[in-house]
Amino acid sequence: MITYAVRRLGHALLVLWATFTATFFLLYVLPGDAALSKAGVGGDGATLSPAELVRVRADLGLDQPVVGQYATALLHALRGDFGTSTQTGAPALSMYVEAIPETLKLAGSALLLGLVAGTGWALLAAWTRWRFLRQALLALPAVGVSIPTFWIGLLLIQVVSFRWQLLPAIGNDGVRSLVLPALVLAVPTAAMSAQILSRSLEATLHAPYIETARARGASRSRVLLRHALRNSVLPVVTALGMTAGHLIGGSVIMETVFSRSGVGAITVRAVNFQDTPVVLVAVVFAAVVFVGVNLLVDLLYPVIDPRIQLRTTRGAGLLRAGVAT
Amino acid sequence: MSLTEQIVPHLEPVHPGDPATAAGAGGRSQPSRRTRSMPARLGRLARQPGLLLAWTVLALVGLAAVAPGLFTDHDPLRPAGPRLTAPSGTFPFGTDNLGRDLFTRVVYGTAESVQAVIIAVLVGLVVGSVLGLLAGYLGGWVDDVLMRVVDVLLAVPALLISLAFITALGFGTVNIAIAVGIGNVASFARVMRAEVLRIKGSAFVEAATFAGIGRLRLLARHILPNTAGPVLVLATLELGLALLSVSALSFLGFGAPPPAPEWGSLVAGGRDYLAAAWWMASIPGFVIAATVLSANRIARSVNRHQVSAF
Repeated sequence: MITYAVRRLGHALLVLWATFTATFFLLYVLPGDAALSKAGVGGDGATLSPAELVRVRADLGLDQPVVGQYATALLHALRGDFGTSTQTGAPALSMYVEAIPETLKLAGSALLLGLVAGTGWALLAAWTRWRFLRQALLALPAVGVSIPTFWIGLLLIQVVSFRWQLLPAIGNDGVRSLVLPALVLAVPTAAMSAQILSRSLEATLHAPYIETARARGASRSRVLLRHALRNSVLPVVTALGMTAGHLIGGSVIMETVFSRSGVGAITVRAVNFQDTPVVLVAVVFAAVVFVGVNLLVDLLYPVIDPRIQLRTTRGAGLLRAGVAT
Repeated sequence: MSLTEQIVPHLEPVHPGDPATAAGAGGRSQPSRRTRSMPARLGRLARQPGLLLAWTVLALVGLAAVAPGLFTDHDPLRPAGPRLTAPSGTFPFGTDNLGRDLFTRVVYGTAESVQAVIIAVLVGLVVGSVLGLLAGYLGGWVDDVLMRVVDVLLAVPALLISLAFITALGFGTVNIAIAVGIGNVASFARVMRAEVLRIKGSAFVEAATFAGIGRLRLLARHILPNTAGPVLVLATLELGLALLSVSALSFLGFGAPPPAPEWGSLVAGGRDYLAAAWWMASIPGFVIAATVLSANRIARSVNRHQVSAF
């Protein structure tokens, strides 16, 4: 168990390091000149004299060789210093971290809503006997993942906020402003978990022990809730890491649609201004969430399903659990 | 069995050289998937109205991408009528804040969106397949390194990978497409690697190796063609997803600069007129949703039948 945890932790750190490295080289080496965007000149360097340019480059360490720049950046990042934002001059990390609570409210409530709705939907589909309705219930989640969330959001603003004047259309003002974005953000999560759970329930309901339970007189709903659900829920839990990633991506769009502040809004602004330190923080943060959730899920498997034992045989636990999607 | 399927086999030309037809012409009641003729396929299609509708939508989208002039006489960049007119007979999708015909703009925007989707899927397909092929075929440390790369691509949500690439590459529809494609590399690489590993172990590869065939030739002639099925099925599944991502990114404002029409940016343009002109954001958004739904519906049927899309 301990060996397993240590090995998984090692793998997690490896992925984080690789994410940082890949993103660093993508952002700092591939594109044009960070010194120019720092000086706010954009693509046109005419307004900056050559001497000033040299000074800005030296300030940013851009006159160093690439490997040296990378080593410095990695060392600083390990101490929590991702450089300063080129828009505001504030430390990139703290700028990002300060915005996390607002996004956490949004993504957290969307996760909760999505999981509850998805589970309920899948159970309803499994419980329904009328074939036509059942097919419809099974088919609808596929529609849910095909509809652009920004479109649903804009439609809801038009109807709920403007026509009915029920909820605020934009902003971060209290719970009322959270309802619409959380609802929309929950749609893909609900649709995905409903699909996964339906497939898993389908397999479980064909198991002999279900027949036994029915033969002993347990009602259909009791069999579904007490016997089948617990054995089918594992794939949904496995997908939690991916779900968290979707929520981070989705909150970028939701915060734009509903003009909310938060991590997503900061990311969009950073991309608009080519604010590379903040983009780097955003990518690494998303990887930390994904890796962290997956690590947690892996270690929680035996609690959720006592039949699972974390084996420490070489290689076996390493990848399969880590990248399960 | 339907009427069409009963009749159609008899209409098929009989190949005299084919031993199967020669031996059992009378006993052959059901056509194999390969020999099912076009009318039979269309017959099956007609019994699935949803699928038929999906194909119609995609056909219209394809036509609009190739020949937008067929659908409308207006200019997508010039005013065609009064500002902010609600949808009507003359302006089926209404007009925008500058009086341009929204239907024309959606039609002319199709090419840009379709092109972006195709580039995105191709980038994902090619880069992902090469990674998966090398990882699966070479194994060892190459496999380890490449799979760590895939781990990174899986650990970061596709949208953020795309945003990082846009930061590096700059704005524009083609850059969006490349960025979305990179975000899809991981799934292609994993499917390709699994396929290569499966085929590498099969007897015919062993036989080819013993026959003294070169590694490159083995890869190109024997392994690659056999991986095509699942990888291409994945590509059809990615079409709808790619359109979602591309339009989301251009909705965020990273696509073509304003006057040019593009589906996602049309929705973004309507965002400022939500209260005054509901159609400006809703209708282009509906077109995106309908296209994604159609692409996904077809992809699922391809997935089910592997070979035949009908």
